[in-house]
Parts: sequence; structure tokens; C-alpha cells
Amino acid sequence: MGTTRREFLILAAISLAVPEAARAQLDPNLAANRKAAFQEALRRIVGDAQVRRGRVKLRLPPLIDNGNSVPLAVAVESPMTQADHVRAIHVLTEKNPLPDVVSVRLGPRAGRATLATRVRLADTQSVTAIAQMSDGSFWSDSAEVVVTLSACLEEGLI
Amino acid sequence: MARAVVTVPARATRGEIVEVKTLAQHPMETGFRRTQTGELIPRDIIRRFTCTYNGTEVYRVELHPAMSANPLIAFSTIAAETGTLAFQWVGDNGYSVTETASISVE
Repeated sequence: MGTTRREFLILAAISLAVPEAARAQLDPNLAANRKAAFQEALRRIVGDAQVRRGRVKLRLPPLIDNGNSVPLAVAVESPMTQADHVRAIHVLTEKNPLPDVVSVRLGPRAGRATLATRVRLADTQSVTAIAQMSDGSFWSDSAEVVVTLSACLEEGLI
Repeated sequence: MARAVVTVPARATRGEIVEVKTLAQHPMETGFRRTQTGELIPRDIIRRFTCTYNGTEVYRVELHPAMSANPLIAFSTIAAETGTLAFQWVGDNGYSVTETASISVE
């Protein structure tokens, strides 16, 4: 099957647009790249759904000396019944080398939608917790943490 | 061999929400650190943690390099019936540890 004029024009437009996207990927600005990675991870979790603030409580110390072990606790308001429960909890960071920290799958058998753990933080940054409810809605909470000793000491990350 | 510790109350009343604490011994090497000679230390982490209550999965965690060494995972579950809670940690390089705890519900 031959290519129609319309298809050819669409392909031409795409091939012109791609190098532009590739240049954005090679951006020397690390912070911007990490932010993009965060947005990408966020999109992977929620898709096109809207994320609302509330129902989720993310507890983190406001100031931490050692980024290698930061106590983190997430609690989501939910009756945790078969009809209305929390399906998943995700924790994301903005400036870690990888945005994902931890993902939890749970159901009504958990009784309470909570998670307590310890995480690594590469930098002073904001941490986000996202909960997915059984009705498909997403709720989130963020917390700012000041880290004096980074978990992964590397150049270029201030 | 790698060790894991779990804390589960020995007895509970039916329908009570009980706290479960788990700790696995693991360095959680991120894959971003370098040796003094500049070589990258390969990633070696626990990837997945699951808790099953009498065969029913109640809590599953996907871990990423941003989890601290010796990952602590604390959560809750409903004491539904007398039985065992089975815990499993699975990770890179064939890491697999299982642990069980029994709970009596009256």
C-alpha cells in the first residue's frame, strides 16, 4: 500500500519534531531532567486522571541530618471496606536520581491504609505521596524536607 | 545468610487492626555509587515484599533504590482468623527470604 499525501505530511511533521524532543532529553540542566522524570513517573501512575489534594497524610521530618535514612509515614483516610478502599500508595521524589521510592498495593484486608518506612533522599526537596482509591480517584500530599547530608553524593546536584 | 525480623502480636480479638513491622537485612545498593577507583557499584536491592495472611495477599510493596538499607516496612492488617502471616522478600541476585509469624484470634 502506498503512502498518501496526507500520511506523508504527518510523518514529515513527526520526523521534524523528534530531534526537538531529543534535544530536550540531552538538556545539561540536571534539575530540569529530574523534574521531567518526576512528571513522567507521575503520569505513569495516574495517567490522565486528576490528582486532588487531601485524604493523604505524608509525615516526614522537616529537617534531617542524614539523607540515607529518613523516616517516612503515609496514612490515607479511608473506611477500607470492600466497596471503598485504598488500592495503592505511591511515594515519589523530585530530585532523587530516580523519582520512584516505593509503591504499595493493598486492599480492605489491610484495615488501615498506612505505610511506615525509611527512605533515602538525595537533596533538600519535596516528597509526594499519591493514593489510588478503589473508585479510581487519586489523592496526594507533599512534604518539604531539608537534608543536610545527601544520600548519594554526586557532582552537579545542588 | 540474610535475616529478617517480623513483629506481629501473638494474640488479637477478631476484627482488630493489628500492627505488623518487618525488617530485612539487606544493603540496598542503589547502583549510583562508585568505588574509590571510579567503578560503578552494581545495583543490588530488594524488589518486592509481600505479606500473605493464610494464603490471602494483604500487602505488597515494590521497592526502589531510594529505600534505605535494611528496609523497614510497617503496616496494619485485620486479625480475621487464627493462622499464619507469611512474609517474602525477593530481590536482585536471587535474593529471597521468607519468614512466618503466627497469630491466634479469639
